[in-house]
Amino acid sequence: MRQILLVAPILIPLAACAITALLWQRPEVQRRIGVAAAALLFLSTLALLAEVVTGGMVVGQMGNWPAPFGITLVVDPLSAAMLVITGLMALAVAVYAMGPGAAERDRAGFQPLFHALVMGVAGAFSTGDLFNLYVWFEVMLIASFGLLVLDRTREQLDGGLRYVMLNLVGTTFFLLAVGLVYGLTGTLNLADLARVAPQVENQGALAAAAVLLLISFGAKAAVFPLFNWLPAAYHTASMPVAAIFAALLTKVGVYAIIRVFTLVFAHDQALFGPIIGVVAMLTMVVGVLGAAAHYDVRRILSFHIISQIGYMLVGVALMTPLALAGAVLYIVHHIVVKANLFLVAGAMQKVGGSFALAKLGGLWATRPLLGLMFLIPALSLAGIPPLSGFWGKLVVIRSGFEAEAWLLASVALAVGLLTLYSMVKIWNEAFWKAAPAEAAAHQPAPGEWGRMQRFATFAPIVALCAVTLTIGLWTEPFAAFSLAAAEALLDREAYIAAVLGTAPVQLAEAVR
Amino acid sequence: MDASLILRVSAPLLLWVPAIVSLYLLIRGHNEPGGGFVGGLVASAGLVFFVISRGRQAALRVMRVPPAGWCGIGLLLAAGSGLLAWIDPAAGYLTHRWWFPDVGFKVPLGTALLFDVGVYLTVIGTITAMVFALVDED
Repeated sequence: MRQILLVAPILIPLAACAITALLWQRPEVQRRIGVAAAALLFLSTLALLAEVVTGGMVVGQMGNWPAPFGITLVVDPLSAAMLVITGLMALAVAVYAMGPGAAERDRAGFQPLFHALVMGVAGAFSTGDLFNLYVWFEVMLIASFGLLVLDRTREQLDGGLRYVMLNLVGTTFFLLAVGLVYGLTGTLNLADLARVAPQVENQGALAAAAVLLLISFGAKAAVFPLFNWLPAAYHTASMPVAAIFAALLTKVGVYAIIRVFTLVFAHDQALFGPIIGVVAMLTMVVGVLGAAAHYDVRRILSFHIISQIGYMLVGVALMTPLALAGAVLYIVHHIVVKANLFLVAGAMQKVGGSFALAKLGGLWATRPLLGLMFLIPALSLAGIPPLSGFWGKLVVIRSGFEAEAWLLASVALAVGLLTLYSMVKIWNEAFWKAAPAEAAAHQPAPGEWGRMQRFATFAPIVALCAVTLTIGLWTEPFAAFSLAAAEALLDREAYIAAVLGTAPVQLAEAVR
Repeated sequence: MDASLILRVSAPLLLWVPAIVSLYLLIRGHNEPGGGFVGGLVASAGLVFFVISRGRQAALRVMRVPPAGWCGIGLLLAAGSGLLAWIDPAAGYLTHRWWFPDVGFKVPLGTALLFDVGVYLTVIGTITAMVFALVDED
């Protein structure tokens, strides 16, 4: 049963991708299968999380090839949490994608690509092998190219091309690093690497490989100075696509940084801690300033993804249990909130006719409920108590002060204020100010949509708001889980023992 | 399509000969160089000749299922071949199973072959989808 649960998060989207591709000419059927598969994925990840919490890490050797040689899948508490949130996002976006515009999207092949993307993300979260991680990155990348240019407009092709170029450079760095690491250690299994890395003689070369990995994961995660592809591409994508990208893609990069730098390069923490700390700080500041300078809802939200990535990296920079717990809590909170903000932005565009703040206005008077559903994730993003973002920021900043990283913690505090500024800007312009004269409703109001479309647009937003409120008001279990996940991350011996056991290690030594 | 007469006439030959060679490569890949990936490439080479000489509609008629469907069937086969691993619930996914039924001689059957057939179909679907997209509407 454990083996089935372990593979299910990869197999369910794979099957959904294959079946929807088979039904290429039947978009309506595709859509139903897509939602059903996403729901099944969410349930299976919940079961996997329960299994990890009650029975410890779940490890599987694909094809029964023993650990350092074959491909290993490993799900520890962090991976399990990421998988659950992936399932939740897949479900929310799959439902949202049934809303207005669904027919055109599905004819262009949204469903197979969407599930291929989810499969890539789930694979990246569950793999225990560096090269396999590269493969999942490629799966994600290929699917995301297709999703990005779904509408085939000039704007999208332009954004898509930049996205492709910068991401290909990033993955090339990854491949170089994989080659270097394999040359130095003779293994790519993460647990085996964690065991061997401290004994490598040429630590300089290993550190070079680590920097290459940091660059490639950093490009994925959109950290300073490698973030340019994100604002270039995200604002052109159609809304469900932008939401799933914002929720998951950069977070895979963050997850990879956390995994590799807590597990494999932990012995070099004195070198990499400060580097990651500086990167985190600059990422927070540049992202939030970029957001402050823009007046398009999608661009503002895109830049906020970047600034929030900085908070998550604080955990890896400090590498204390509390800081890592803060990172875990922050990622979970951020994914929910960020995806929700993109979904709300999509609804705002449907209602108000534009993404540009100058052309929006008066939404509070006409759509007070939408305003409320914007306020919850927006204030949570800015870190207003008692919403989920407050607790995430609190733990991150407190861990900064405890580790006496004064500058890092102060910057994190100040960036929170600037985040509030951008959110208030959207609020003032889109909801509060009087509607500009030319903003006569171009689109049919939600009242004129079908019931199905209204449900598809607003149910995911309401559900994600509820999740945000739950994390905010009932933080205790989430915080406790994050702390447990952080401790599991720092307990390298347990990870190595769970993956390798003892016999294969001797075998690996003998081969070497 | 303004392909030459020679190309138009030889198109079926250029379709079926690579298809047969590709099946040989697919089966041979069991224990020797070859396999689903190379086989799929060779088979799609034949289809590419066909689409160049006869146009997209004719090529789609030969394929019967659209390229995305080939990918879908291929992926399902490849993914499904791993499910038989759970005859033993503790085994890892994709643990392959083998049978040697005796029909005068031992027929080596294994789920690995199923996986390779899946790869074969997926490669054909992917390559043709890409090439067909580049051919003019006719």
